Amino acid sequence: MKICVTASTGTIDAQIDPRFGRCAYFVVVDSETMQFEAVPNLASGASGGAGIQAAQAVANKGAKVVLTGDVGPNAFHALSAAGIEIVTGVSGSVKEAVEKFKRGDFKKTGAPTVGDHAGVSKTQR
Amino acid sequence: MIVTVASGKGGTGKTSVAVNLALSIENVQLLDCDVEEPNAHLFLHPELLKTEPVYTFIPFVNQELCDHCGVCSKFCQYHALFTSPNNVLVFPELCHSCGGCMIVCPKKAITETKNRIGKLNFCAAEDLTLVYGELEIGKPMSVPIIKAVKKQMDKSKNVIIDSPPGTSCPFIETVRGSDFCVLVTEPTPFGLHDLKITVQVLRKMIVPFGVVVNRAGVGDNKVYEYCQQENIPILLEIPYQRKIAELYSRGIPFSQEMPEWTEKFQTLYSDIGKLVKK
Repeated sequence: MKICVTASTGTIDAQIDPRFGRCAYFVVVDSETMQFEAVPNLASGASGGAGIQAAQAVANKGAKVVLTGDVGPNAFHALSAAGIEIVTGVSGSVKEAVEKFKRGDFKKTGAPTVGDHAGVSKTQR
Repeated sequence: MIVTVASGKGGTGKTSVAVNLALSIENVQLLDCDVEEPNAHLFLHPELLKTEPVYTFIPFVNQELCDHCGVCSKFCQYHALFTSPNNVLVFPELCHSCGGCMIVCPKKAITETKNRIGKLNFCAAEDLTLVYGELEIGKPMSVPIIKAVKKQMDKSKNVIIDSPPGTSCPFIETVRGSDFCVLVTEPTPFGLHDLKITVQVLRKMIVPFGVVVNRAGVGDNKVYEYCQQENIPILLEIPYQRKIAELYSRGIPFSQEMPEWTEKFQTLYSDIGKLVKK
């Protein structure tokens, strides 16, 4: 199964980027083989609609689970519609997060955890 | 002549200038384009003649025809469409109503549907007509309402437009096509800072403009120095005066109680006319 983790760089040892829509990279990990693919997030600097654009990229990669820090309302709505499971509040490295997920340490998130535009930095606003 | 009253900084006195100017001359249509918080009607106490809803068009996806190919989502610059393996979601608040998704859809599965975002109010106060737009609470895009207000423009009249504050899309949409822009500012560092930005925008748009200094007497001389350096005419000064503020707080345009101001606003209008002809 493909697990998408939001990350600050494009490696399996990268630290988790806590923002979903505006994270730097998606690291998509195959949970059986631990093989991974790093996908730069084209939405990270979007002027609007970043969560939806990011969700689209994740859905197109065929991921079934997203591990991240926080997720906003539009991204939550889009990911849920695509049947993608969302886990928030995750920190540490990509590898650790996937291993914890495999052990069943995480609980699925049932609602958005932040409001609109939470991931926009002050200078971008 | 179409004259827009604008300012970068909020609360400098745009509506006061627009309303007093409108009341001082004849044959006026006043358009309140500050659709997020229109307030010219609070000073004119007009009769409301009718209201009309304002809609934008958003895509409607026929899920039976749609094969979830994702072309529409990929095309949309505003990310208003999300394609999942079994349906397409529309996010109306992100849609800019360009209609591109309908054109690119290979299955012709997308049609337009109406999305109500606000209304127009048509009013009359004696021989003055007022049209003001009102954006619905929670709707993020004011430009379509501003366009709808401007569509009601009657060019046989002296058109005065009250602009929203700021220098972004709503202001640009409001001032576009005006013969002149009156920039109301206050002589403070904040007033000057935002005046400079507005001047840059208007120079790019090639709309002639002049400055009205409101609350003259507060702050410093920097607005005057800047206008002199940049060769910007100062058309009128309105002093920082308790009586003007009191009348404002009671919803009374000050020229109605201080008749000497009617003449000053008439002079302002004829000065604008001369600058437009130049």
